[in-house]
Amino acid sequence: MPFVHLKQLDKHYESDADCVIALDKLELAIEEGCFLGVMGPSGSGKSTLLSILGGLCHPTSGKVLVDDIDLYGLNSEKRADFRREYLGFVFQSFNLIPYLTALENVMLPLAVKKMPGAEKKQRAVEVLGRVGLSHRIGHLPNQLSGGEQERVAIARALVNEPPLILADEPTGSLDIATSREIMDLFKQLNQEGQTIIMVTHNDEIRPYFDRTVVLRDGAIDSDSARTPKAVPQAG
Amino acid sequence: MRLETIAINNLRRRKSRLAFLIAGLLIGIATVVTLISLSTTLTEDIQIKMENYGANILITPQSDDLSLNYGGINLGGVSLDPQEIREADLSKISGIRNSRNIAAVAPKVLGALEVRGQRVMMMGVDPEKEFQLKKWWKVNGLPLKNEYDLVAGAEVAAKLGLVLGDSVEIGGETFTLTGILANTGSQDDQILIASLPVTQRLLGKEGTVSLVEVAALCGDCPVSEMVTQISEVLPGVNVSAIQQVVKTRMHALDQFRNFSLAVAAVVLLIGALVVFVTMMGSVNERTREIGIFRALGFRRSHIMHLILLESTVVSIVAGILGFLVGMGVTYLVLPLMTENEVSMHWDPLLAGGAVLLALLVGASASFYPALKASRLDPTEALRAL
Repeated sequence: MPFVHLKQLDKHYESDADCVIALDKLELAIEEGCFLGVMGPSGSGKSTLLSILGGLCHPTSGKVLVDDIDLYGLNSEKRADFRREYLGFVFQSFNLIPYLTALENVMLPLAVKKMPGAEKKQRAVEVLGRVGLSHRIGHLPNQLSGGEQERVAIARALVNEPPLILADEPTGSLDIATSREIMDLFKQLNQEGQTIIMVTHNDEIRPYFDRTVVLRDGAIDSDSARTPKAVPQAG
Repeated sequence: MRLETIAINNLRRRKSRLAFLIAGLLIGIATVVTLISLSTTLTEDIQIKMENYGANILITPQSDDLSLNYGGINLGGVSLDPQEIREADLSKISGIRNSRNIAAVAPKVLGALEVRGQRVMMMGVDPEKEFQLKKWWKVNGLPLKNEYDLVAGAEVAAKLGLVLGDSVEIGGETFTLTGILANTGSQDDQILIASLPVTQRLLGKEGTVSLVEVAALCGDCPVSEMVTQISEVLPGVNVSAIQQVVKTRMHALDQFRNFSLAVAAVVLLIGALVVFVTMMGSVNERTREIGIFRALGFRRSHIMHLILLESTVVSIVAGILGFLVGMGVTYLVLPLMTENEVSMHWDPLLAGGAVLLALLVGASASFYPALKASRLDPTEALRAL
C-alpha cells in the first residue's frame, strides 16, 4: 500500500470571470522512503499540489490519503494535529519567525505538544546538530546567512520526527554552492529513511530525486517511475 | 518552549509595538484610577467640609403651639405649655445605631435678658461644638474660652456700644467681651453668646436646652433614618431634618461622581480602541507568521490562545502601570484641588480593579483580532506556497 495516495484530485480556482483548473483528475501513489521531485513550469499546479498534500487547501474533489488517513475527511483542527504529527514543511523563503532564535524556531512545532520543556530543548538541539548548526542556536534569523536559515527551517521540519517532509523550492533563494550543500543534506536524510516530496523547477537538482513527476496543466506529463531508467542492453 | 514563550518573545523583541499597546491601555486605566481616587478623596474632603457647614438635623421642644392666624393676618402665637429639652437626655443620641455618622451635637439655650438697659437675645452654647459647626463665623478677637467670656453679634455690639475687652454686667454676673462676630447677615448678628451653664443659670433654665443642632455626616446614610433613630431615644421632642441641606449635599457629591465616571468611561473607550486598532494591525502584519504556525500544526484555538495571551500580558502590565501612574497623578493634582490636608488611600481594591479592568478591556479589544487571526486561511497566509 502506498504511503501517500492521491485519488482523482481536482482543484479549480473560480474567479468572477472564469474558472482556472489547477489540478485535473490527478492520480499519484508515493511509497514510503521515496525522495520525490515534483517539477513543471510555473502554473502547472505543483504548488497547489503541495498545499493540498500539506492539508492547507481543500481540493475541489478527490481524496488525499496519507498513511490511510483521509486528510480532508478530518475537520480543520484535526487536520492541524495531522500536520503536526505527520508533516514537516520546508518553505521556499524559509519562513522563520523573526523574533525567535534558531533554537526557538526549531522548537516551534513542539510548542503545542505536551512534552517536558527539557526534552523539547534536547530534541531541538539534537536536530540542529544534525543539520550542522550547533554553534548558532542562540541567533535570531536576521543574524544568519541564507544557507543557515534554510538549515534552521529543515531542522524545524525534522524536530517532530514526521514521516513525511514537504519542501517547496528549498534552493530557490540560495546560491549554487549552498544549494548543493542543502540538497546533500536532504539526500542524507532520505538515505536515513525519510520520505520527502520536493517541489522545484530547478533542473539541476533533478539527479537527487529517486523519482521525478513533471506536471503540465494540472496533470502528470511524465513520471520517471513509469519510464524505468534505461538499462544497458546486453550485447 | 510553550505558547507563552512565543508570546513573550514576540512582545519582548518588538518593543515599539509593545510600548504602543501598553500606552494605549495605560492611559485609559490611569485616567480611571486618577478619577476614582480623586473623587474618593475629594468626596471625603467635601464631606468633611459639608459636615462643618452647619447642621442638618434640628431638635426642638415639642410644644402645642396655637397659631393665631386668620385671613392672612398673623396675630402672633400662643405657646401652650412649652416643654424644654432636658440636657441630660442628649447623651442618648450617642447611643443610636448610626451614631458614628454624627459629627457634632450642639445644644443651646436661648432667652431674653437686660443688658445695659436694653433687652437683648442671649444664647448659651457649648463653645467647642458651636464654633466647630459654624465655620462661617468670623470672630474678631477670641472665641469663647472661659466661663465668663462673651462674644457679641455685630449689630448688638454696635447697639450696646461694646468694644473688645469691655466688662459687661448681665444679671449680676460680670462677663468679659473677648470677641465680636463679623456681620453674618443673619440672626446671629443680634445675639450675645456665652457658655451654656452660665447662661442657663442666668435664664433660670438649669439642665434644659431650647434647641439642639445636629450635624450628621451623611455621604450615603439616609438622614431620615437618623431622624427616626434620634426620635426613638428622645421621646417628646421634635426631630426634623433640614431636607434642603441634605439633598444639596447629596446632589453635589452625586454630580461629581457621575462626572468622573463619564470622563473615565470615555477615556477607557479610547484606550480600548487603541488596543483594538493596534492588535488588528498586528494581526494583519502577522498574517504570514500565523500561516506558518498553522502549517506547523497549530490549531485555530492555539492561534487564538497565542494572541489573547499576548493581550493578557500587555493588559496586566498596563493595569499595574496604569494604577501607579493614576496614583501618581492623583498625588500631583490633589493639592491643586483642595486646600485641606487630605491623605491619599492606597486601596488594594482599586489596584485589583485596575488590573481587572485592563484585562477586561484588553481581552475584549483583542478578541475580534484573535478570532480573525485564527480564521486566516493558511494558504492565503503563505502566498509563497
